[in-house]
Amino acid sequence: MLAKIHVTLKNGVLDPQGKAVNSALNDLGFKEVRNVQIGKYMEVLLDGVSESEAQKRVKEMCDKLLANTVIETYRFTLDSSKK
Amino acid sequence: MKCGVVVFPGSNCDHDCYHVLKHVFGFDTRWIWHKDEDLGGLDLAVLPGGFSYGDYLRPGAIAKFSPIMKAVARHARDGGKVLGICNGFQILVEAGLLPGALMRNRSQKFVCKNAYVRVENADTPFTSECGGKRVMKVPIAHADGNYFIDPDDLGRITDNGQVVLRYCTPDGEVSEAANPNGSVQNIAGVVNEKKNVLGMMPHPERCSDPLWPDLDGQLIFKSLLHCA
Repeated sequence: MLAKIHVTLKNGVLDPQGKAVNSALNDLGFKEVRNVQIGKYMEVLLDGVSESEAQKRVKEMCDKLLANTVIETYRFTLDSSKK
Repeated sequence: MKCGVVVFPGSNCDHDCYHVLKHVFGFDTRWIWHKDEDLGGLDLAVLPGGFSYGDYLRPGAIAKFSPIMKAVARHARDGGKVLGICNGFQILVEAGLLPGALMRNRSQKFVCKNAYVRVENADTPFTSECGGKRVMKVPIAHADGNYFIDPDDLGRITDNGQVVLRYCTPDGEVSEAANPNGSVQNIAGVVNEKKNVLGMMPHPERCSDPLWPDLDGQLIFKSLLHCA
């Protein structure tokens, strides 16, 4: 089971990297770009857990270590085809 | 006063702290390895600057699970003093022993220079020698010192006198121009509710040895001596 986890800054927390990339894209002619958020992507390979267990365990991992919930928010998907 | 300097893999200001505590102030000081599980009757635990665990994931995110951190939490709960400097501050916020979080500097760059900070609350064991909104010149050296706290908690810690240091001009004016990293309301250092745990981004240990002309960092250690 492969957990694919995205960690990004919460709404309301200034993302200076995202802002800089946003203006760079605008300068390059991508005028339609209105907002850029930079975050982290992690893949965590799990062994011997069911999908419902994995849901619970990955959430715990995010709350405990992978995200700092004071400033960050996370979302993840589980891919059971990956062993 | 009995002091301990906690050494994590990647700490690099540990020797400076040890030197100042032991040789400049003559405190009974020893090393504490991060795998130790107790602090053995210390009065003050110092979490020094550096890059514990290479700052992987987030500064302090992995160090907060070092075995010694349980002992540091117990020590803090029982009223023992804890001083976290730079990476030590980052570890303390990650561990939840101090409020808020430290994010990448607004400039996205590592900032290394002298900064001026104004002491906002001299009624703590770390700042009792800094009355009258004292301004201190203290070096900063960090990439992740941008203090963030949500507005509700900001109000609470401000009302409770937990904001101890703010970046300012040499004259003590707290202004946007004097903010080196984008910290909310120029916050450079905070204490916990009980005021026995201080986290600060500036490095007082780098301006405390009389061999160097800048000695403002001594005020922090003199305050601790005064309270011991």
